[in-house]
Amino acid sequence: MTKEIKIEARAVQVFYGSTHAIKDVDVDIEDKTVTAFIGPSGCGKSTFLRCLNRMNDTIDVARVEGSIKLDSEDIYDPKVDPVQLRAKVGMVFQKPNPFPKSIYDNVAYGPRIHGLSRNKAELDQIVEKALRGAALWDEVKDRLDTPGTGLSGGQQQRLCIARAVATEPEVLLMDEPCSALDPIATGQVEDLIDELKANYSVVIVTHSMQQAARVSQRTAFFHLGNLVEFGDTGQIFTNPKDPRTESYITGRIG
Amino acid sequence: MNMPDQHIHAAFDRDLERVQALIMKMAGLVEAAIVDSAKALTERDEELAARVREADALIDALEEEVNEAAAMVLALRSPTAGDLRTVLSVIKLSANLERCGDYAKNIAKRTTVLVQMAPIEGAALAIRRMAREVELMMKDALDAYTHRDVGLAQDVRMRDADVDQMYNALFREFLTHMMEDPRNITACMHLHFIAKNIERMGDHVTSIADQAIYLVTGEMPEDNRPKGDRTSYVATGEDDG
Repeated sequence: MTKEIKIEARAVQVFYGSTHAIKDVDVDIEDKTVTAFIGPSGCGKSTFLRCLNRMNDTIDVARVEGSIKLDSEDIYDPKVDPVQLRAKVGMVFQKPNPFPKSIYDNVAYGPRIHGLSRNKAELDQIVEKALRGAALWDEVKDRLDTPGTGLSGGQQQRLCIARAVATEPEVLLMDEPCSALDPIATGQVEDLIDELKANYSVVIVTHSMQQAARVSQRTAFFHLGNLVEFGDTGQIFTNPKDPRTESYITGRIG
Repeated sequence: MNMPDQHIHAAFDRDLERVQALIMKMAGLVEAAIVDSAKALTERDEELAARVREADALIDALEEEVNEAAAMVLALRSPTAGDLRTVLSVIKLSANLERCGDYAKNIAKRTTVLVQMAPIEGAALAIRRMAREVELMMKDALDAYTHRDVGLAQDVRMRDADVDQMYNALFREFLTHMMEDPRNITACMHLHFIAKNIERMGDHVTSIADQAIYLVTGEMPEDNRPKGDRTSYVATGEDDG
C-alpha cells in the first residue's frame, strides 16, 4: 500500500554562506502521512523543513540547490509566488506566536489576505472550521473577540495550528511544535496531528524521539547535513539499519 | 562505524547490565539443574534429586526478578532498537529458562519414584546422553546470546534434530520394553516422560538460539530447520514406521 507522493525532493543542497548545511538529500514525503525529522541539533532537519515552503528565501546568505516538487511542480520555479506556496504549505513554529489580535482575527488573517471568503458569514464559517480542526473551538467559541495572546500555551499553539489550517493548506510543517508545552497540551497537539493526517501531509521536526515514535508513520534521521536513514517509524525504532541511527535513538554518544 | 557502547545516561547502562547479569545467573542455575537431574537419575541419587527440586524455587524467583527489572527498563528508559531487543529477548529467555527448570524438577520428582523400582536396562544412560546433549546446546545458545554469535546460534538450532532423534529412539525402546513385560510399564512411563521433558528442553534451547539471532539481526530466523520428532505418528503395530 504505497501512498501518493506529495513532496519529492532530489539532490537538495543548502549552503549558508560557506557552510554546507544540507548535503544531497533525496526524500519522498507521502500524502496523508505524518513524517518526522529527527537528529541532533545542527543536523539540518529544521533547515530542510524550511526548504519545503521556501522559508530559507528570507535568509540572504542561504542558497538552495536541487529540486523540490510539490505535486510534481518545482516550488523553486521563478514563476512560483512564495506567498501562494506558503498558503499551500503551512507552518507551525516552536513557540506559539499568535498575532496581537483577537482569536477570531488570528484565524481570519490568512483567509482574508488570500481572499478566500466573499462575506462575513463565509469567513465565520472558515474560522469555526479551522478552530474545530485544531480542537480548540469548544474552548474559545464564547470569547472569539478576546486576544489570542491571553490563551494558555497549549491553546495558543492550537490557535497557531488553526491559523495554519484556515487557508486549507495541503502540507503542514511543524518545527518543534510541542517543545514549549506541558505534557497535557503536548498530548492534545499530538492527538490533533494524528487527526490532521486524514487531510494533510504533516512534516514534524522534533527533538523528542518518543514524540516522533508516537505521532509519525515515517521517520527520517539527519546527521551532519546528511539524510542517514528514512523508513517506517516502527522499523527505525526497533531495527534501524544504520549504526548512526541506532546510536542516536538509543541515546549513545555518537 | 562502531556503535559506542555507552549511553549518555550511565544509569541506563547499569540497568541493562543488571538485567543481563540476572538472566545469566538464572541460566547458570538451570544448566546445573539439567546436569544434576540427569546425574541423580543415572546414579539413583535421591538426595541430589531432592536438591534439584528445592533449587527450582530459586530459578522461579529469579525469573520474577528478571521480568521486574525488564519491565522497569521498559517503563523508565523507553529502550529502542538494540536496547529494546535486548530487553524483549531477556523476557523471552527468562520464560524459556524457567520452563527448562521445571522440566529438570519434574525429572527429579520422577527419579525419586524410579529409584524404588528395578532399573530398566540402559535407559538411564541413554537419557543422560540426551540430557548432556541438551545441556551442551544450552551452553552454546547462551554463548551465542552473550557474544552475539549468529553462526553458533544457527548451529544450535540445527542440533535440536539430534535430540529429537534420541527421543524417537528412546520412545521406541520404551514401547518395546512395555510390550515385552507389562511390569515395566510404570517405570517406562516415567522414563518416557523424562525423555519427553528433555526433548522439550531442546525446543526451549532452540528458542533461546532464535532470540540470539533476533537480538543481533532484528529478525526471527525462518522456520526451516529439520524436525526429528516423528513419534506423534507412531502406532503400536510391529511394522509401523
